[in-house]
Order: sequence, then structure tokens, then C-alpha cells
Amino acid sequence: MERLKSFVELFQRQRRPGDFVFATAFMVFALVSLMLLPQETRWVEKTPLFAQPAFWPAVGVFMMVGFGAIHLIGSIASERSPGRGKEVLYWARSLEFVAWFLAYVLAVPVIGYLPASILFSVLLVWRLGYRSAQSFALAAVFGFAVVAVFKAGLNVKVPSGALYAYLPDSIRTFMMVNF
Amino acid sequence: MDALLSGLSLLMSFDVLVALMIGSIGGVVIGAIPGVGPAVAIAILLPATFALPPLVGLVMLLGIYGSSMFGGSLPAVLINTPGTAVNALTTYDGYPMTQRGEATKALGLAYGASFFSGILSILALILLSPLLAKIAPMFGAREIFLAALLGIVLVIVAHRGQIAAAGMMAGLGILLQSVGMEPVKYTMRFTFGQDWLTSGLDLIVVVLGLFAISQAFSLLVDPESAPDAAPVKGGMGKEMLGVLKYKRVAATGSFFGVVMGMIPGVGEFTAQFMSYTLARKRSKTPEKFGKGSEEGLVASESANNAVPAAAMIPLLALGIPGEALTAMMLSVFYVHNVVPGPALFRDHIDFIYALYIALLALNVIVILFMLVSSNWLIRLIRIPTRFLGMMILMLSFVGVYSLRNSAVDCAIAAAFGVLGLILKRLHLPVVPIILGMVLGNIMEVKLRAAMARVTSPLDFVDRPIAAFLAIVIVVIIASSIRAAIQNHRLKIAH
Repeated sequence: MERLKSFVELFQRQRRPGDFVFATAFMVFALVSLMLLPQETRWVEKTPLFAQPAFWPAVGVFMMVGFGAIHLIGSIASERSPGRGKEVLYWARSLEFVAWFLAYVLAVPVIGYLPASILFSVLLVWRLGYRSAQSFALAAVFGFAVVAVFKAGLNVKVPSGALYAYLPDSIRTFMMVNF
Repeated sequence: MDALLSGLSLLMSFDVLVALMIGSIGGVVIGAIPGVGPAVAIAILLPATFALPPLVGLVMLLGIYGSSMFGGSLPAVLINTPGTAVNALTTYDGYPMTQRGEATKALGLAYGASFFSGILSILALILLSPLLAKIAPMFGAREIFLAALLGIVLVIVAHRGQIAAAGMMAGLGILLQSVGMEPVKYTMRFTFGQDWLTSGLDLIVVVLGLFAISQAFSLLVDPESAPDAAPVKGGMGKEMLGVLKYKRVAATGSFFGVVMGMIPGVGEFTAQFMSYTLARKRSKTPEKFGKGSEEGLVASESANNAVPAAAMIPLLALGIPGEALTAMMLSVFYVHNVVPGPALFRDHIDFIYALYIALLALNVIVILFMLVSSNWLIRLIRIPTRFLGMMILMLSFVGVYSLRNSAVDCAIAAAFGVLGLILKRLHLPVVPIILGMVLGNIMEVKLRAAMARVTSPLDFVDRPIAAFLAIVIVVIIASSIRAAIQNHRLKIAH
């Protein structure tokens, strides 16, 4: 028993709130990947081990399982810091901004890069609690500047919005190419 | 000499010079804003540089990489918040000097030390290049495989106290790089029957998620803060020359920066730690370290700014990136069909020299810019953090979406953004995921090529460099296990 205790103490480390949750989730992910390894990779006949398509995914998964287990043992063996629930809630709060980001992504091909960027920056700034006209103006200018620099200046590949098709002939092509 | 002049002529084009200016000054600006950093900036700009000629794109990214640490020392000294992660040690002595009313002196010394080491490291590398050009062709498939394996081992053992976390993240990186259709037997790996996974996970999508989007989420979720800093008074130029009082400390820091920068997976933190520890050991006033020591400041800043040039060595000579930033730059090479490795040193040494001269020039541009712009840069420190989060999120969209106009890529990047945020909160390492992806791919390709000519395991290490690398790997693993056991015994004894 003493030897087991000593062995477990070998893995002690500084543990932050939420460490155990992450270590457990990662271990579950690693074990699920291990179970799926035979299904999600192929074993090809008459091919040496190192050239098997399954070889490198297996290396990655075994590293995840092995090191993940040590990490989890370390989490269990280390002194717990309070605040696990609060920390997990903090992670969950980021999901709101995932939604904001994806809404922006989906809006671009529909309403166009420039309108979507200005709308996104102004609305997000409002959501973040800024209420002054200066903040909204700065956000709008930033949205415009990003589009001007990347789309008009550096010609990065961002499709024009479907709504641009309804613009007057005189500015439609200009908007499609630059904004 | 001809190659050097040829390299110089490559740089003498309007596009390259403009890219150099934008990269250098942009890097300082980005470095000065706490919460952005070169990784975020490079990740965002990466897709935009694909449309540029290789040298122009690389010079711009190199400018950001090499100059961000100059800018990062500004908030580290003035408000005790490092602009980039590697400026953390600068706060130990820089901020106490500011509290004593010596902000100008601290900034001057930090800039001077960065400049001194930047120049010294590049000169050392220019002198080393002919030697590297001779050694690099000795690296065949098995040597490159072993060097990549060494990189993985080093990135794991270099995370002291977090070896298990670094190992599992490196494993995750290796798994992620294998997702999709593999190019030899054309079988699917971990695609779950989904078409959108057939082409695999793009490194840039993962990088942008882990570095840029995670940072944006972190700034958006955290409460608002708008740090303030008092303006800097007095002439900076004279204070910069103060570094000459600590030539030996700066030279030692540069030496550690060059050596550690060249070793994949090690980088700035180890170089800084070694430089700082040695400077304190040799100092006549070791008790001042951490309380506003000028020597400590010089030791820290000289070590971190010597790394960028040195980190380009394994990338250029072997095609093996040592850390996340050079891993991102590797993408620029691949996009332009410029394959870094022994052949680049053999056939395009002028291209290599052009990059070194660009690094040299960026140090000069940056130091001139810093002389006149410190007070202007202080305004950037004051950008409210949540507003900054919105800016980074919007810029991240360009980086991800412009790759292949895929909303799925954006969703994947957002998922990695959440993962990056969690890792950051738990103080777990992110870089091993990126290196696992890049080095995992290199290992897969090179091992397959190397094993075609190997009949017994000993054949694999029958060449001197391969044997040397194999011994180094075994020694590193054995010594880190030994160190862990000794540490444990010491703990029990106490």
C-alpha cells in the first residue's frame, strides 16, 4: 500500500480548477479513439507495419492513451483547487462567441463581406457592453478597414454576397470585386 | 561572397522592401498589444501571404516574428504585462525599474539588448551557413525522420512538470494530421464516413483556432480591462547604449538564444532561463535579480531575441520546424512549392542569405522605429481588451474562410478555439499539438521512404548522423526519466 501511495505521489503536480474534468474528458476521447481505431483505419495485406495506413494514427492514439492516463492519475493524486463548476461555466460561456462567429461566417455569403463585417463588429461591440457612439463608429470603421485591406487590397478569396446581385448595375461589379 | 550579394539583390525589390517595413513595424505594434502576439498575427496573415511571391510573404511573416519581442518588452516594462509570452521574464526586472522611476532606462536597455542579440545571432548564422550547407546534404530520409522524432521528444521533455500533458497533446497532433485520405494506399482514416473530412484537417485552421480564436474568446469572456501606462520621458538612444556596459551578459544571452533556437522544440523559454540563471550566478549583485536588476533585464531580452533567426535553421536546413511560428512559416514554403531542406541550402543559398539579410535589416528598422515611437505605442496598450477580442475574432475569419471558403473550416477552427481556451485556462501546452501535426506528417513520409532500404533495425542507424541522433534521443529520454525519479526521491526525503 505504501509503495502504491509512493507511486501515485510520483505524478503529483500543480492542479488548477477544472483540471480533473479536462483530464477525464481527454481520457474518454483517447479511449474512444482507441476503440474506433480498427474501424476507422485499414490494415492492408502484404504491407510492412510502418507503412500500414493505421500505423501513425495508432502512434497518436497510444500516446494519447498512455500520457493521458498519467495526466489523469496526476490530476487525481494532486491537491484539488476549489472552483471546478465556475471554471467549467467559464468554458461554456465561450460557446456564445462561437455562435456569434458562426453567424458571421454564415452571413458573409448571403449579405456580403462588407455589410456582414460592419454589422458583426457593431452588434458584437453592443453585446460587449460598449454604448458610446464613438465605440460604434470605431467598430464600424474597423469592420470597413478589415474588408478594404484584405478583400480590396490583398485580394483574399472571400465570395461576394448573394444580395449584391440586386445592386444597381453601376456599382454591382465594383462591390463584388472589392467588398 | 557571390551568394551573399545575390541574396542582397533578391531583397532589392520594391515588394520585398515594403513587406519588410510592414512586417517589422507591424510586428512591433502587434507585440506591444498584450493579448495579440506574433502567433495570432502570423496565423491571421498566413493565408493572405499565399497570394504573394514566396520571399515577399516570408519576409513579412519573418518581420512580425523577429520584431514582436521588441514591442512585447514595452508593456512588460511599463505595466508588468508581457506583450508576448516570451517577455514574461522581462517583467521581473523591467517593471521594478519603472516603479523606481527608471522606465526610460529599462526600455532603453531592453531595446538595446534585443538589438545587440538580434544582430549577433544573425551574424553567427551567416557565418555558420557554409557549414550548414555542407552538413545538410548528409541528411537523408532516416536522418530527417530521427531529427523530427528528436523534435517530438524535445517538445515533450522541455515541458517540465507537464510532460504527460505535452505528450498527450503531441499524440493528439499526430492523430489529427493522419485524419483524411492517406496518400499511399488511398484508405480513409478517422473520417467517420464524412466527405468534409476526406481532405483532412488543415494545419492553418487548427493553428488559427488554437492561437487566434482561443485568444479572442479569452478576451471576450474575461472582464473588461484597459491598462494604463504613463508616457516615457527622456532620450531613449543614450539608454540603449547602456547595454554595452553588460556586453558579456548580452553575448552569453545571445549564445543561449542561438543554440536553444536551433534545437527543435526548445526555444526562447529555455534560452532565457539559462541566460538569466547564469547571469545571476556570475553577477556581483545577484540579490538585485527580480527586483530591478539591469543585468537581469539584459540577460532576458538578449536571449529571447536571438531565437527567431536561429529557429529558422532547422526549418531551412531540414524542413523541420522547432516551434509553432516556424511551423506556420513552413506552410508558406509548401504553398509556393519551395521545399525547405538540404536541397534548398545546396541550390538556393542566395535565398537563405536573403532571409538572413532581411532579418538583419528588420532589426535596424525596428530599433529606429522604437527610438521615436514608444509613446505612440503606449496608446495601443490602452485598447480595451474586449474590443480587442472582437478585432481578433473578425480577423480570424479572414484567415480561416479565405483558405477554401468553407464554413466547416470555420466551425472546426471555432472548436479548436474552445479547446485552446481551455488549455490556456488550465496552463496546459498548446504548441505540442501543432508540432505533433507537422512533425507527425514528416515522420510518416520519411519513415516510409527510409524503411524501403532497411533490412535489419541496425541498418537504420548505420550512418554517423543517424547513429548520433538515435543516441541523443535515447540519452534524452533516459535522462528525463532519471531526473523524474530523482526529483521524486528528493521530495520523499524532504
